Amino acid sequence: MKKLIIALTATAAVLGGFSSGAQAQEKKKVCFIYVGSRTDGGWTQAHELGRQALDKALGDKVETPFLENVPEGPDAERAIERMARSGCSIVFTTSFGFMDATLKVAAKFPDVKFEHATGFKAAPNVATYNSRFYEGRYIAGQIAGKMSKKGLAGYIASFPIPEVVMGINAFELGAKSVNPNFKMKVVWANTWFDPGKEADAAKALIDQGVDILTQHTDTTAPMQVAAERGIYAFGQASDMIAAGPKTQLTAIVDTWGAYYIKRTKALLDGTWKSEQIWDGLKDGILTMAPYTNMPDDVKAMAEETEAKIKSGELHPFTGPINKQDGTPWLKAGEKADDGTLLGMNFYVEGVDDKLPQ
Amino acid sequence: MFEAILLTVITAATPLVVAALGELVTERAGVLNLGVEGMMIMGAVCAFAAAQLTGSPYIGIVAGIAGGALFSLLFGFLTLTLVTNQVATGLALTILGLGLSGQLGEAFVGKPGIKLPQIVFPYLSEIPFFGRVLFSQDLIFYLSIALIIGINWFLFKSRTGLKIRAIGDNHGSAHALGINVIRTRYLAVMFGGACAGLAGAQLSLVYTPQWVENMSAGRGWIALALVVFASWRPWRVLAGGYLFGAVTIGQLHAQAFGIGVPSQFLSALPYAATIVVLIIISHNRRTTLINTPASLGKPFVPDR
Repeated sequence: MKKLIIALTATAAVLGGFSSGAQAQEKKKVCFIYVGSRTDGGWTQAHELGRQALDKALGDKVETPFLENVPEGPDAERAIERMARSGCSIVFTTSFGFMDATLKVAAKFPDVKFEHATGFKAAPNVATYNSRFYEGRYIAGQIAGKMSKKGLAGYIASFPIPEVVMGINAFELGAKSVNPNFKMKVVWANTWFDPGKEADAAKALIDQGVDILTQHTDTTAPMQVAAERGIYAFGQASDMIAAGPKTQLTAIVDTWGAYYIKRTKALLDGTWKSEQIWDGLKDGILTMAPYTNMPDDVKAMAEETEAKIKSGELHPFTGPINKQDGTPWLKAGEKADDGTLLGMNFYVEGVDDKLPQ
Repeated sequence: MFEAILLTVITAATPLVVAALGELVTERAGVLNLGVEGMMIMGAVCAFAAAQLTGSPYIGIVAGIAGGALFSLLFGFLTLTLVTNQVATGLALTILGLGLSGQLGEAFVGKPGIKLPQIVFPYLSEIPFFGRVLFSQDLIFYLSIALIIGINWFLFKSRTGLKIRAIGDNHGSAHALGINVIRTRYLAVMFGGACAGLAGAQLSLVYTPQWVENMSAGRGWIALALVVFASWRPWRVLAGGYLFGAVTIGQLHAQAFGIGVPSQFLSALPYAATIVVLIIISHNRRTTLINTPASLGKPFVPDR
């Protein structure tokens, strides 16, 4: 019995020692909520790589717990609240559908900071951050315009939200800048993540004659189908070259790490404030995967466009641009403002699809 | 073009049909296993891992079947031996399967998959139109057709099939007649698990030859619904599975073709079509009741 008591005391001392040690370091918790699996090869993996970069850079000052596979909907609110309650100083919620849940939880925890990716609603303790993906899609569109023999691309879209519509338009505008007659077919998968359905959508588009494929869904399944059928495709969110070494032309790679480090530093300095940030290629929040499987002149064109977008010389949404039905939208030289882009609910001319309303 | 659509439909429908057939046998024995999604994803990860490690997709298929069957054994032990609630245990099995498969599969994420090769029947595959669609498919498709024929014969023509149905309809009477209810149910549960595992293998070796977490994406639930839709008849599972697959693929083609119907409506179409057919075939309450296993989901404790 005596031995047992000694053992218990020793254990308690060790445990106590551990916890006081942890307190002494006082690491702040920077928390992440993921909509998918951190190994999805796409959107969530890009955020995970950002988190790992943060861990590497500031691992001595912060802890970075995360929750993955959190569905958009009522569960999201519970997951975010659990994070807030567990002592997180800041919570990054990394999917558009977490918007309202984030705001609700933020109202209950005024001392916790929140950052919501790709949303448009902010609060004193809720910042939003987004990436100008459309810049990358414009470049992809230009490459498609050069590489497609038929001048017909297929676009696998997820949900008809402004972000996705903006991407479709940017791709079409890029393609039209080199091939004025470029057409595009759109299939709405109505999911972000379903390899089977994404593959089915890819097959449907290819069977209907598109010879280049791009996607706004999260898995590498469409890339795999494109590789099997011998057409070119663009990767989404992460570099998908492994799924199509001879297929991927480039990919729009989300590189959130720099942003997460910047904001965590601000939090540690006490300079964090609620902002609505929309960074682009020039800020390094997105990068283009190496331009491969294309002739040198196409590659040179893509690189030049990338440089022009970075320097601000080229804005993908610069007039003259007509809406899908042919009515004018932007006059020659006129640039779209951010508000219109973020609320985009119409197609530009050349998209062969009826936008779901 | 039509041929291409048919090929896509077959790929989309096969996992649903296979998993639903397995569940049909389980439910005919009176056990409601809601863990199809979990067993399917376990099959998918086991099949992919085994194919990667050995380089043979056929060993992958065997591993998928084994993975699903072993995983269902856990359900069998809990619900048949420990007599836990079948609904709750089935749901838990799904959640466990999704989590466990993610853990097991972590090392295989992003690895290029091994596709199950097609088996081309000479001469038959040269029949115009249907030849290529039906006779140059992969092994799992042929297995799915064999399963339909086999299960239909087994359940309604064989003695063991009669025993299974007797247990599903009234386990008390079956027990009184000297049939070993628990043992038969264990086997039925494992058969369901094996089929779900085979369906999972189809996902990670044929449909999209890769491993991603959660790749079953709800197909297990559709398979479960198909069993009810088919009112526990094997041939109707085939019809239901292919109807669902055809409408799913058809709506994608309709979108790509640009017929101008809202995509949300088109996406809901497979489910709507299934409900409509369900209403039509179940309007005769008597036949539906005859087919429904009366002891479905009820716990059984043999009195000694």
